[in-house]
Amino acid sequence: MPRPFALPDLGEGLTEAEIVKVLVAEGDVIAEDAPLLEVETDKATVEIPSPMAGRVAKIHVQPGQTVKVGAVLVTFDDAPAGARAVPTPAPGPPAPAAPPRAAAAAPLPAAAGEGPVPAAPATRRLARELRVDLRTVRATGPGGRVTDDDVRAAAGAPRPAAPPAPAAGARLVPGRAEPARPAVAKPLAAAGFEPPPLPKFEQWGPVERRPLSHLRRTIAERMTLSATLIPHVTHFDRADITELDAIIRRNVEEAQQRGVTLTLTSFLLKAAALALGEHPQFNASLDPAAGELILKRYYHLGIAVATDRGLIVPVIHDVDKKPLLDLQRELAALAQRVRDGKATLDDLRGGTFTITNIGALGGTGAIPIINYPEVAILGVARAREEPVVREGRIVPRILLPLTLTFDHRVADGADGARFAAAIVRRLERPEQLLLDW
Amino acid sequence: MVMGDLVIEVDVAVVGGGPGGYTAAFRCADLGLETVVVDAGTRLGGACLWEGCIPSKALLHVAAVLGEAERAKEFGVDFGAPRVSLDPLRKWKSERVVGKLARGLASVAKGKGVEVVGGTAVFEDSRSLRVEGDAPQKIRFKHAIVATGSLPAPLPGVSLTSERVMDSTAALELPDVPERLLVIGGGYIGLELGQAYAALGSKVTLVEMLDGLLPGLDHDLVQPLARRCEKLFVKIRLGTKVTSLREEGALIEARFSDGDTVVFERVLVAVGRRPVSAGLGLETTRVRPDARGVIAVDDRCRTADPAIYAVGDVTGEPMLAHRAMRQGVVAAEAIAGRPAAFDNIAVPAVVFTDPEVAWCGLTEPEAARAGRKVKVAKFQWAASGRAATLGRADGLTKLLADPDTGRVLGVGIVGPGAGELIAEGTLAVETAITIEDLAATIHTHPTLSETLMEAAETLLRGT
Ligand SMILES: Cc1cc2nc3c(=O)[nH]c(=O)nc-3n(C[C@H](O)[C@H](O)[C@H](O)COP(=O)(O)OP(=O)(O)OC[C@H]3O[C@@H](n4cnc5c(N)ncnc54)[C@H](O)[C@@H]3O)c2cc1C
Repeated sequence: MPRPFALPDLGEGLTEAEIVKVLVAEGDVIAEDAPLLEVETDKATVEIPSPMAGRVAKIHVQPGQTVKVGAVLVTFDDAPAGARAVPTPAPGPPAPAAPPRAAAAAPLPAAAGEGPVPAAPATRRLARELRVDLRTVRATGPGGRVTDDDVRAAAGAPRPAAPPAPAAGARLVPGRAEPARPAVAKPLAAAGFEPPPLPKFEQWGPVERRPLSHLRRTIAERMTLSATLIPHVTHFDRADITELDAIIRRNVEEAQQRGVTLTLTSFLLKAAALALGEHPQFNASLDPAAGELILKRYYHLGIAVATDRGLIVPVIHDVDKKPLLDLQRELAALAQRVRDGKATLDDLRGGTFTITNIGALGGTGAIPIINYPEVAILGVARAREEPVVREGRIVPRILLPLTLTFDHRVADGADGARFAAAIVRRLERPEQLLLDW
Repeated sequence: MVMGDLVIEVDVAVVGGGPGGYTAAFRCADLGLETVVVDAGTRLGGACLWEGCIPSKALLHVAAVLGEAERAKEFGVDFGAPRVSLDPLRKWKSERVVGKLARGLASVAKGKGVEVVGGTAVFEDSRSLRVEGDAPQKIRFKHAIVATGSLPAPLPGVSLTSERVMDSTAALELPDVPERLLVIGGGYIGLELGQAYAALGSKVTLVEMLDGLLPGLDHDLVQPLARRCEKLFVKIRLGTKVTSLREEGALIEARFSDGDTVVFERVLVAVGRRPVSAGLGLETTRVRPDARGVIAVDDRCRTADPAIYAVGDVTGEPMLAHRAMRQGVVAAEAIAGRPAAFDNIAVPAVVFTDPEVAWCGLTEPEAARAGRKVKVAKFQWAASGRAATLGRADGLTKLLADPDTGRVLGVGIVGPGAGELIAEGTLAVETAITIEDLAATIHTHPTLSETLMEAAETLLRGT
């Protein structure tokens, strides 16, 4: 009995993944839970273990290919070689990527049964336009027919006229340049309007065209979504963290002995989570269709992490409830997993608010783009010792520039100012933070 | 010869003004490319309009009317013996049919700004060609599309030049209605023209080298046509070759491989068509036709020379006008940088005889050769109400479907109107619909189109 294994539901708006590596070969006999494939979603690179023991009869995907949830990845087989290997996915309509292959027993040319992929001419044209190989598309039509939507799904583009799918992984700062992994160029999903055609740059000098990676494309699409959908407004503030800095310095050693490297970030997380509790509209999502604001009664905070693949936002759950040292510990482990490409999907979803620290790279401040569908994002620049006038005297103080960017549909400038002030207050009076910890 | 000084610079030079060439040129013009067509006859339409599809179908319409009048006797209507006057018939064919369509094409070309240059085109390199003829000139192009079509193939091993030995082009001129006509070739052209002449009164003998008519096609689709031909023709010689033709005064004596010799007033040679690629100067480009003269193209109709595309009969089988036209569109769009491809699954074919035979997609012999499992449904027209009212119960509609998915893979129809009915089958195959889709679509009653639905239903019911 051929047993197909389809890309499992990845949860939270994640509808597709790019195959990074296939870790088995056709004919391999593997154990349950043995690593099968490595896939990259909008959020992470994850290893998919084998759901069953058996022989790998057919691998339906290849590296570089983008597959939808439900697409058959591998067909397992426990029958002797030569049995039919027709994929018949359990959920949904039968959807072999290519027409079923003829029985191996029949003395046939390879071409037998491998005719053209069933799709209407207009669908085939669309596939050419979006540079999708029809053979790799998961078919949802009757009789294994590939529809326009199937092709668009495979191309990672939204359906025309449908509302944009809620995305869970907007990125805040452009990541670094891509490593050399070959990528297939696919057009970006439309942002509701047609961008005008580009000029022929070749007329001014030589150019090189480079396809975007899956992650880069996702970032670009989510940024476009956020920037076109959300009226952004940004509030600037500065926190005097001289005292906090001193506390951190005084406790670095003590924390180190408990295996934790104390940093400003854990305090930022805590301060933000507590301020969010006072200003719940910033820990929310707008449901424009329902005309409702969805207030979240949990505080899962995302932290932007730059990796060599691009920007990734892991999420720390229940920041409000966790002791500071636990937060700090969790943060370090999480950042490491993300940099190693080992983050799990649970590490990357469920965020309610995002903090992006661009301090390490210098600059005096940046205006981040909101991590759709959240309401606000806190940008943190580098803290510097600066001359501050206090009671007529110039004193050196350590100032931390903050930018709070938020959705003007949800909150007004005064709300933003109050929320930012709530964060600043906690950072400036760390002893008060103690009461909450 | 002396070259003229005239040099035209264009985006696209189309060589040959047949259905492949003019369709490509019109599409190029629509896409904003400056386009010229060079045609040896200084006219658009090619073999299809002037000596192929259109005039043959005009004559076959006449044959159909004569056949219907004959059949009317069955239900008590007798028009008496028909009298056919050749002059008005030729005039109607060439002026009212071909001439009218030709004027239409010319005015479309004018409207789209496509210039038609008369003369024979010869490539000088991958960027230019010269036009030989009354108005010699040179054309520099960014892209060229070779659409030079095909010509009737001569009878192998038999060389006799006589105006009594005709090819299809000569036969369509309708020089007279010969008392006895020998048709060499049991393919669609021989059958169509043989039936036209038989209807006009010739005693037709048909000879075919292989042992069946329309070789390669499903036997059950050919059968009703074969039976009809047996009635219309005086003799059908299968598995027989013509070994020699000799002119004997006003007659032609044909000798057959079985030793018989028979005399005829005229002979029609219809043994296939050959691509026209020799003498085109292609050796100055990177295009290399194969031994048969076929220019190989990829799915964008590109040849081995990046600047040169080819469409139509010159690219090989199936040599059909509608395939040439689709290729023409693809070539034009590919040149314009559009994501076009000739990836059509079904190229339908129609034999416009009485009864008509039409098919598309997979045929039974093809499925058998490929070892491909198919489910086959046949619906005999004896059970069709519409066929009964037409007095034509001899038709058959046949579906080939994928046993696993129910997708329609091929359709074959024999019977009057098959040429029109096949369109639905082609749409079904091309768009990959299933027998359930066909069966659940309402078809008007009573029509012959119901036979497609009925055939699909027999498959659905598994009977
Ligand atoms: C009797 C008969 C009946 C047919 N019936 C049908 C039918 O019912 N349905 C169907 O689909 N098909 C039919 N066909 C086939 C159909 O006519 C061809 O498939 C079709 O015409 C091919 O189109 P084309 O554009 O490739 O070339 P053509 O129509 O052959 O046109 C080629 C043109 O190129 C010109 N040319 C050639 N060389 C040069 C040169 N060097 N310079 C300039 N010009 C040149 C020729 O003069 C000609 O005008 C029939 C053919 C015949 C003979």
